[in-house]
Parts: sequence; structure tokens; C-alpha cells
Amino acid sequence: METYSFLREVADSWGLLAMFTVFLGVIFWAFRPGSRDIHEDTANIPFRHDSKPAPESGAPAEH
Amino acid sequence: MTNYFKLIALGLVVIFSMLAASYARDVAYQVHAIIILLISAGMFLWTLRHTDEPAPAAAPQNQYMDNVIRAGVIATTFWGVVGFLAGTFIAFQLAFPVLNFDWAQGYANFGRLRPLHTSAVIFAFGGNALIATSFYIVQRTSAARLWGGNAAWFVFWGYQLFIVLAATGYLLGGTQSKEYAEPEWYVDLWLTIVWLVYLAVFVGTIIKRKERHIYVANWFFLSFIITVAMLHVFNNLSIPVSIWGSKSVQVFSGVQDAMVQWWYGHNAVGFFLTAGFLGMMYYFVPKQADRPVFSYKLSIIHFWALIFLYIWAGPHHLHYTALPDWASTLGMVFSIILWMPSWGGMINGLMTLSGAWDKLRTDPVLRMMVISLGFYGMSTFEGPMMSIRAVNALSHYTDWTIGHVHSGALGWNGMITFGALYFLVPKLWNRERLYSLSLVSWHFWLATIGIVLYAASMWVTGIMEGLMWREVDANGFLVWSFADTVSAKLPMNIVRGLGGVMYVTGALIMAYNLWMTAKAAPAVEEDVAAAHAATPAE
Repeated sequence: METYSFLREVADSWGLLAMFTVFLGVIFWAFRPGSRDIHEDTANIPFRHDSKPAPESGAPAEH
Repeated sequence: MTNYFKLIALGLVVIFSMLAASYARDVAYQVHAIIILLISAGMFLWTLRHTDEPAPAAAPQNQYMDNVIRAGVIATTFWGVVGFLAGTFIAFQLAFPVLNFDWAQGYANFGRLRPLHTSAVIFAFGGNALIATSFYIVQRTSAARLWGGNAAWFVFWGYQLFIVLAATGYLLGGTQSKEYAEPEWYVDLWLTIVWLVYLAVFVGTIIKRKERHIYVANWFFLSFIITVAMLHVFNNLSIPVSIWGSKSVQVFSGVQDAMVQWWYGHNAVGFFLTAGFLGMMYYFVPKQADRPVFSYKLSIIHFWALIFLYIWAGPHHLHYTALPDWASTLGMVFSIILWMPSWGGMINGLMTLSGAWDKLRTDPVLRMMVISLGFYGMSTFEGPMMSIRAVNALSHYTDWTIGHVHSGALGWNGMITFGALYFLVPKLWNRERLYSLSLVSWHFWLATIGIVLYAASMWVTGIMEGLMWREVDANGFLVWSFADTVSAKLPMNIVRGLGGVMYVTGALIMAYNLWMTAKAAPAVEEDVAAAHAATPAE
């Protein structure tokens, strides 16, 4: 089979399916149990460390 | 020790650019060689004079690197005014052709100035805004200083050099004639280097972040940087005719070249002007409204939807061309689906204000950000509609397209950038507040009315033009010649120019206001600043 025809067939069958599945996976991942707290914490990142970086030593900020 | 290597490298660049200046086959290349010669010779002398000085102390890691962002804010404002002025001037050139002065033929006529305008506003104004804000945001949301030390300065100055080379090249005729990708091969190579360093600085900072999660704004910025790198490289695959000249030949040809060009062109809109600016939106709107983003889940979902869909939308620029029907249908379908994730971003930004709508009454900066979201919503509805083949048959090649682009660029990109600049300048220059809020209101109304004049006149003239082009008489002959449409457009062209005058006036007011903020607004008081800095990280 020609490269062109082959790529075109992959694109509108398995390629399309794979990308759509990944996208569905992203949606389910966003709604997974326990994600609410993480998202709330992440959404508040802009309100921390406004004028100075977190101190160099020590573990990453606890959340 | 590194200074010796630096001197050798700079010396080689000096020698090469001297050779290039003397062997140059065309004016654009010669002028560029001289520009590079002057810069590299200057840097050579400077490095030589400072060679044996002790190396400066390493930058403190407990402070953000803000001086490069201050430079970026100044550059954004400067290039914004330059780009808007150029746009207003060429708008009047279209209304009054006599402004294509005889003495400047071949240099300052519409054809030469038009790419100067588009690149100045998109790449110089928009690009500097994106680089400056992304550096600001990635530091704050990673709680870490920029990675790579002076690499950020290299990105800043390297990008300014790219702008200067591109702009002078257009005026002198050094162009590969690809829309939004006009610079010739050596300018493209330089931008690739600068862009990869930009990517390294950005990713380096994310990697050393102190927050566990990567804030959504950084996702948008990262997708913008990576995708633009990919688009830029593929669309600029060309072979120079000579190493001593600016002319190059594209590797792709015919419809393949057209498809690659619009794959690039539309994703420049999608990732440069949309994803990057959404990154700005996701930081500055929550900050200015003082509340977290409405729905973090929605931000994740519409991010991935945008990424998956945008990359396919390019073929809608090539309806009714040699491009196969299936490809242009594919582009059309994806463009229409794209409406949803676009509005996901708009809704998320607007709803961030829920419960705080009263702030719009008192805060003109927030008002600016909100109207930018309004224009974003409007142009991302208009765009999918125009990508439908039947609509495109009427709208394509008319001024409707120009109006659409400007409601997006002036309304969405311009307004969100102005909002970001008004937010950043007091912070970066350590001021308590802006110099004048009433000047911000003046800017807001001048810019808004200017855009409305622009978009409305272009709708009228675009649809009129489209209808005139397709009108046939009883015998099947075209009723109007092209010149008939040109003279029918005169009143709308003047209104468009006036809209531009209002928009550029607003930008000049902003430049004055920002200057006075940095110079004359009351500083944040010392003890307040200290208390602020001492606030423990939660």
C-alpha cells in the first residue's frame, strides 16, 4: 500500500480512536475521586509566593 | 576562562559578518550583516574590557528574577505603540492611496508596511508580552527563581534582535512571502535558537518548582512554546540560494506548501494568540479579581480539547483551492468543534468573577480583562462560522476576514495584555497603585469604541465586497469590476482608520500612565514591603 493511503487509513481509524480515548481518559482523570481537594489547592497557587520564592531548603510546600 | 571562549566566538561572528557585508548579494542581507557586525563588535569590546574582572556573585535564589520582566514590559509597550501606529498608517494608505508616497516607493508602500505591521503587533507586541508574562507567572506559580541565570536575558535580547532583523528585512525586500512567517532563512535560524533557550528556561523553572502541581497557566504557556517551535521549524524548511544572500527556496511546493503554511498560520493563531494568552488570562484574571479560577476541572478539559482540536483547523484557510475536498472538510469540522473549548475558556474566565461582579464598577483594569474575554468569545464564535464553506465563499478574501482578525487581536490579545501591563507595572516597580485610574478608563473606552468602529466597518465593507464580487447580470456577466468595490469601500476604510486612531491614542495614554506609575506613583512603604516579604509561605 502507498504510504499516503496507509497513513490516511491509520489517521481516520486507529489514530482517531487512540486520540479520542486519550481525551476521554483526561476527562475521567479530571473527575476521579479525590481530585476536588487537589484542584482546589492547585487553583490557589497564584495566591502564594507573590513576592518571594519558597525557601531553598526543606521539602516542597506541604499540601 | 569562559570569557576567552566568548571572545573567540564573538571574534568569529565579527569576521563572518564583515565578509557577509562585503559579499552580500542583496540590500536586506547587507544591512543585516552590518547590524550583526555592530552588535558583535560592541559585545567583543565590552567583553574584552571586562575580561579579568572577578565573576559577579551568583544571583540569590531567594528572589525572583524581575529585571528581565521589567525590560519585557517596556518592550511590550514600545512595540505595541509602534505596531498600532504602523497599522493606523496603512489603514489610511488603503483609504487614501496618495499616502503611498512616490519618494518612498519600494520601501514604505502598503505591500512593504503591511507585514511590518502584522509582525510588529503579533510577534513584537504579543511575543514580548508572552515572554514577559510567562517569566513572571512561571516564577510565582512555581515558587522558584527563573532557571538558567542570564539565559532569560539572552531570550529577551535575542528576541529583540529577531524583531529588528525581521522589520528591516521587510522594508528592504528580504521576505519569503509566507504570511506571518515572512523572515528569511537566517532570521528563522536565529529565532529557532532563541526559542529553544526560551523553552529551556521555562521548563527548567517548572522542573525546579516548589509547588507540587503545575498551575494551569503554565500548561498553556508550555503548549504555546513547544507548538510554536514545531510550527516554525516545519513552515520554514527552506534552502538558501547562497550563504551570502537572503533569498531561499521552500522545500515544499504547490498545494503541500500551502497546506503547511496554513497549518502553521492557523496554529500561530491557536497557540501563539490563544493558548499563550489564555495562560495570561488564567493568572491575571484570578489575581485581579482576587479569587481562584471558577472551575479548575473545566480548565483542564478545555485545555486538552483545545490542544487536540486546534492543530487540525488549518485547512479552512484553503477552501475552494487545489487542496482535496476531504482535507478542507476536515479543517471545517474541527474548526466548528473548536467553538466549544474556546467558549470553555471564556466561561471559566468570566465566571471567575461570580460573586465579585461589583468589582467591575470600581476597577477599570478588571473591566479591561473582562472585555477581552468578551471579544475572545465573540471572535471564537465568528471564526468557526466563517470556516463553514458556504460562509467562507462569501467572506474569504474580503475585509470581513480583516475585521475578524482585529476583533480577536485588538479585542482579546490587546485588551488582556493591557490588563496584564496595568497589573504588572505597580508590582514590578514596587508602587502602591497605578498613577491614574481615570486614565485607565479613558484607555478602556477609547480602545473599546475603536474596536467597535473597526469591526463594524469591516463587516459592512466585507459583506458588501463579497456580494459585489459574485453579482452577475441576466446574461451571466459580472456586474462589478474590482475597482468598483475599491471606490465603494472608501467611507468604511475611513471609519476603520479612525477606529485605529482611537486605539493607538488609548495605547499612548497607557504608555504615559505606566511611565508615571513607575516614576511618580507612591512607593510601597518600606515596612509594609518588609512585612509583605516576611509573610510566611502557607
